[in-house]
Amino acid sequence: MKKEDVAERRPGVDLSFSPLSRREFLKRMGLLGGGLVVYCTVGDLPAAARAPRTGYAGANVPTDFNAFLRIGADNRVGCMVGKIEMGQGVITSFAQMMAEELDVAYESVDMVMGDTDLCPWDAGTWGSLSTRYYGAFVKEAACEAKAVLQELAAERLGSPIARLVTENGAIFDKNNPSVRVTYGALTEGKVIERHLTELPPLTPVSEYTVSGKSYRRRDSMEKVTGEAKFTGDIRLPTMVYARILRPPAHGARLRRADTAAAEKMKDVQVIRDDELIAVLHPDPEGAAKALAAIKAEFDLPETGIDHETIFDHLLSRAPTPSVAGRAGNLAAGEKEATAVVEETYLNSYVAHAPIEPHAALAEVKDGRATVWASTQAPFGVQDQVSRALGLSKEKVRVIAPFVGGGFGGKSASAQAIEAARLSKRAGKPVMVLWTREEEFFYDTFRPAAVVKVRSGVDKKGRLCLWDYHVYFAGERGSENFYEIANHKESVYGGWHMGPGIHPFAVGPWRAPGANTNTYARDLHLNLMAARAGKDPLAFRLEHLKDSRMRRVLSAAAGKFGWTEAVPPSGRGVGISCGIDAETYVAAMAEVAVDRQSGRIDVKRVVCAQDMGHAVNPRGATLQMEGCITMGLGYALTEEVRFSDGKLLDVNFDTYQLPRFSQVPSIETVIVKNDALSPKGGGEPAVICMGGVLATAVHDATGAVVRQLPMTPERVKAALRAAG
Amino acid sequence: MIKTIGFALNGETVRLTVDAERTLLWVLRTDLGLTGAKFGCGEGQCGACTVLVDGEALPSCQLSVESVEGKKITTIEGLAKDGKLHPIQEAFVEHDALQCGFCTPGMILKAHSLLAANPAPTRDEILWTMDDNLCRCGAHVRIVAAVQTAAEALKGGSK
Repeated sequence: MKKEDVAERRPGVDLSFSPLSRREFLKRMGLLGGGLVVYCTVGDLPAAARAPRTGYAGANVPTDFNAFLRIGADNRVGCMVGKIEMGQGVITSFAQMMAEELDVAYESVDMVMGDTDLCPWDAGTWGSLSTRYYGAFVKEAACEAKAVLQELAAERLGSPIARLVTENGAIFDKNNPSVRVTYGALTEGKVIERHLTELPPLTPVSEYTVSGKSYRRRDSMEKVTGEAKFTGDIRLPTMVYARILRPPAHGARLRRADTAAAEKMKDVQVIRDDELIAVLHPDPEGAAKALAAIKAEFDLPETGIDHETIFDHLLSRAPTPSVAGRAGNLAAGEKEATAVVEETYLNSYVAHAPIEPHAALAEVKDGRATVWASTQAPFGVQDQVSRALGLSKEKVRVIAPFVGGGFGGKSASAQAIEAARLSKRAGKPVMVLWTREEEFFYDTFRPAAVVKVRSGVDKKGRLCLWDYHVYFAGERGSENFYEIANHKESVYGGWHMGPGIHPFAVGPWRAPGANTNTYARDLHLNLMAARAGKDPLAFRLEHLKDSRMRRVLSAAAGKFGWTEAVPPSGRGVGISCGIDAETYVAAMAEVAVDRQSGRIDVKRVVCAQDMGHAVNPRGATLQMEGCITMGLGYALTEEVRFSDGKLLDVNFDTYQLPRFSQVPSIETVIVKNDALSPKGGGEPAVICMGGVLATAVHDATGAVVRQLPMTPERVKAALRAAG
Repeated sequence: MIKTIGFALNGETVRLTVDAERTLLWVLRTDLGLTGAKFGCGEGQCGACTVLVDGEALPSCQLSVESVEGKKITTIEGLAKDGKLHPIQEAFVEHDALQCGFCTPGMILKAHSLLAANPAPTRDEILWTMDDNLCRCGAHVRIVAAVQTAAEALKGGSK
């Protein structure tokens, strides 16, 4: 298991996994409307034995493989995965992987996702792990099921297995194609349990017909007609909507709350459950009115910390660093250096701001709980609800319908616990829908962070020193992949630090940490290239042996039409590259900077990535475009401002997401690399956006903008400093 | 105050007795069971709750149900006819002009009102009109392409 996967795990969540018992498995199949299931297992093969095939070597993996699929008598295949669909498109790519390895039509696969009663366990949908790791298990399950179906067909048809051919959900004898049977006919009416003696071979990539082909999203019909159900769309008889009393600032303490007026309101129920004070009403407006009728007094904190002083605060709290990478000797590098540049870069808090705020509907009755939640971690919610209500996990079913955007922010799902507690107390189904203000207030922001770099070039203009210190962004994206004789990367705290460091909750934000690290590295490299009198692309290539990185840089340069010049050239072209989720990515951009207003106009972004085998190149392209567009925000406009625990940006009037009129022309290239298994696709391209735009601004004007987002004020200040 | 309010909803007359101050958004989503219009920000800042009121795209979270008395309301559920997608919906499918899909109904209705008023918008006109609607997944370039395709498909007819 890679280090980053461990880092993805959120503290405080029980991620222990126990495989399904046979009884539970059969119950699960019963819920699907019949036991038409191929259930096969290669003895008690531990996950480690499959590691060479799945890439997983450690614990915390689903081992109940065969719960991944169900073959109906109608020859339709149910593909069950514990992941959720939040726009990233795995609903399409999982179906492709299942169809490819089972040898059925893509259209015959039905996806069942994010339901703890129906789907195999999963830690959560994050880290660009779905396709590269979970997908491997989907393929394993399909591969084994196909082998069992072949055994069954051999018995049914009286032909030796060696003569049998699978094709499109059927098996026939190659000497006599009319001797054939469909998968559905083989499994009909029974749960089949077979033990294989050895792992059957996986389909080689060279024979793929479905995986690697571009498919449109399979959920778009539902989403363009309004039929797609998100958590907030679910209605149950007698359900009520909750509003919860919230503090005005982080760190505020409730002195008293007078709920008498709310209690007298028609159809209102007031619930006080320890610290949780809520009002319930059959419609959301009624709940809002009742909440407004509560008279509450809070003691407010005085921390003296705001969005400007936070960086000094963070540096004062820096823990002992860990060393993410090192080589050579920094002192030797200092000696060799003919020019040394030392800089400090800052990155601000940003919000996830999915358009769907956190939502949960809970129905707790008869000692069981059913919770629909907009969450990236349905099994994590199952654990948390079972603990909050004192129910065993089997009594808690969590279902994640379509999720309206997550980006890491729905890894935490406090709203689901609130809904469950309130439903238990109220004795009826309760919907908790966070308002936009609550969504900002309780977001687990991407942490503010500081990077200090001291680096030098020798008399030949080669990097001989790279002393890199990152505070509170973590190590993801900090690793040095350039050939630098003397380098060291020191990491002071991760992106997930608890109370005492940040004034509010922080958490994983699309490619956690990598946005900060890549911005700092690439802007600094532009300064070094300038100092060495070299073109920034040529400068990078002089220090690069890694062939995957060289290939993506050259693919991006070809598409972009990169021509050599020493920055600042006045043209406004930028460059950034990095490795994220085992995917290599490079971006180039062109900007215009208005020196009067400080406004940055992004004209064009080109992005190339090598993501191993791309299961759905079209879906991967959508993710690259999404990353580039979303990344404009943290690079240019998005910043969470606050003072004394109170958030100053709580809606979209002041918190500025990227809008249509700001989006540049976007061109993407997927560098084919079928020799590698699928790598991450949901996050990599976002990591380049700070760096590619900061270097473009530097190239345009010579201004070094040392803090993201590059607001007009910061650009103007940097222009003044540059002279 | 409880009142009886009538309006045309997706071509059918509805009358309901309801607290007249409630928002059109939540009356649609709860009393009328149409959940295509979404709650995103509650302040008319994001466009997820967009519906057509006499053809104009408006944020339904900012409208009282009383204010639409006698008007024609179209929600995303009313756009496809006899199981056939509206050309704007078709164009969104064709271009994959969505990811999570939460902003999509609002985007499609916003585009509908743009194309009804301006059947051949320039690219800039599309950008400036669609600027009112937020998409966090970053489907913008595809949404613009979808609106352009839909404009072509709708040439010669307003619907």
